[in-house]
Amino acid sequence: MSGPAAAPLLRMLLAQTRCELLMRWRVPAFSVTNLALPILFFVFFGLPVAHLTRGDGVSLGAFLLASFGAYAVGQVMVYGFGIGVANERGMKVDRLMRASPLPPGVFMLAKVLTALVFSLVALSLLIGFGIVVGGVRQPAAVWATIIARLLAGSLPFIGLGFWIGYWSGPNAAPAVANLIYLPLSFASGLFVPLNQLPDFVRTIAPYLPSYHYAQLAWSALGAGKEPLRESLLWLAGYSALFLTLAVRMYRREERAKFA
Amino acid sequence: MRYPGRGMTPVVELVGARKRFGDVEAVRGVDLTIGAGDMVALLGPNGAGKTTSIALMLGLRRPTDGRARLFGHDPADRRARSRCGVMLQESGTTGVLTVRELVDLFRAYYPAPLPTERAIALAGLEAKANARAGTLSGGERQRLYFALAVCGDPEALFLDEPTVGMDVETRRAVLDSIRELSAAGKTIVLTTHYLEEADQLARRIIVIDHGLVIADATPREIKARIPSKRVSFSAGAPLGDAIFQGLAVQSVEVSGRRVRLLSHEPERVLKTLFERGVAVEDLEVTGADLEEAFLSLTARR
Repeated sequence: MSGPAAAPLLRMLLAQTRCELLMRWRVPAFSVTNLALPILFFVFFGLPVAHLTRGDGVSLGAFLLASFGAYAVGQVMVYGFGIGVANERGMKVDRLMRASPLPPGVFMLAKVLTALVFSLVALSLLIGFGIVVGGVRQPAAVWATIIARLLAGSLPFIGLGFWIGYWSGPNAAPAVANLIYLPLSFASGLFVPLNQLPDFVRTIAPYLPSYHYAQLAWSALGAGKEPLRESLLWLAGYSALFLTLAVRMYRREERAKFA
Repeated sequence: MRYPGRGMTPVVELVGARKRFGDVEAVRGVDLTIGAGDMVALLGPNGAGKTTSIALMLGLRRPTDGRARLFGHDPADRRARSRCGVMLQESGTTGVLTVRELVDLFRAYYPAPLPTERAIALAGLEAKANARAGTLSGGERQRLYFALAVCGDPEALFLDEPTVGMDVETRRAVLDSIRELSAAGKTIVLTTHYLEEADQLARRIIVIDHGLVIADATPREIKARIPSKRVSFSAGAPLGDAIFQGLAVQSVEVSGRRVRLLSHEPERVLKTLFERGVAVEDLEVTGADLEEAFLSLTARR
């Protein structure tokens, strides 16, 4: 035999990522929800108070953009992986993929890259909207820090999404994702600041992944409630937990389908 | 050549392969070797173990016992997979990408793929190249999967029931493409439950039933062993076994006056029966269906 024995992995990854992006973009339930919903929430909850300043001197508009930014990235991850994986399982894409020369790791990595690109677009649109329409002002470096931290810290939500995707069917996945992610975001103070929420919510919030995730963005504005290292430890713990659960579900399915 | 020469690595090798799902043993000890350039049909009724055999060859399933090799590698090895194109039953693709986008994607999985337009043409999908997969009819979708199987220009093609759901015209076009690929030296392994299809395409037919290889020969040899006609009639009076002595029949069933038999030569059988003085009424001669053919092959083991 002449020539290479297998296709270059980078070429596979680029082709796979391109198609994943097209697939996501062409499903409005995914693209519109993920790109427009955070802006819509900011219009309702943020715009009316965007010009105010918090007690700690931080711009309330910027604080809420950081909150909805955290909400937006988590949503791309939880919905993208949760509903996406459940749908692909429903359509039995996995069987054909499994028989193809595409390594599973490249398949997964393409999904992660796609989700990161979508998250970046969602964050840029949201923050751009806040700046242009809400008149929120922060140094460019602060916005860049918020974006970089939210992208880098999104692993727990990738794990949560995978877990939902392998655990629920294609019909149940959207409901399951909503039922888990919306209360989680609300109780972590992403929609309404925690001090305006009931006592019991304030008690459980410091144990939730979204709470610690949002700290990454809030602390970039000087409004964090814990050291960065503590947030990262919590997020690492939740990543390990969700990824373990996801891998366990994946293995169970693998045994049933491919053992 | 049916078998590869000394020193050549076979494309497929199953050695004592068994596969058990719970209480059911779908494949019960299959030994087979498929050499480079071979054109093989796995023939058998539904549930015979054809799909499971293909799954073992491709590493989609692990044998409970025995072993499977693909190009001399573990079938899940990327070096082996990069030399194979597959078309599976019960597998899908996303509906929102177009035919051309999906073909381009699968081309990227292989080291030296065909040009996109060539793969689309082999599947006869030129008119649908820009259509989204979700809008294709059942037969068109089958052709899309065929395009995805061939687009990498792999050395071996594994096609599980490739023509299911295709209309006559499409089916002929796809069979022509398969023949063309075979003539170009590709190894082709396909499953079918149509004897006719296996006969038209394959140089070697492997008959599988109840998880066992019950015949492995050229189409001509197989056809000689499969009864072509079912003859049934009512005899004037109940018949004894002796009357069927020496007849070219594969099986005879007598219930009361009703007689059902399988034969390659129904004319000669009937002539002999007339000569032996059997009164034949309500005569029916029909093509034996494959189920019956398998029964007769199995019965003779």
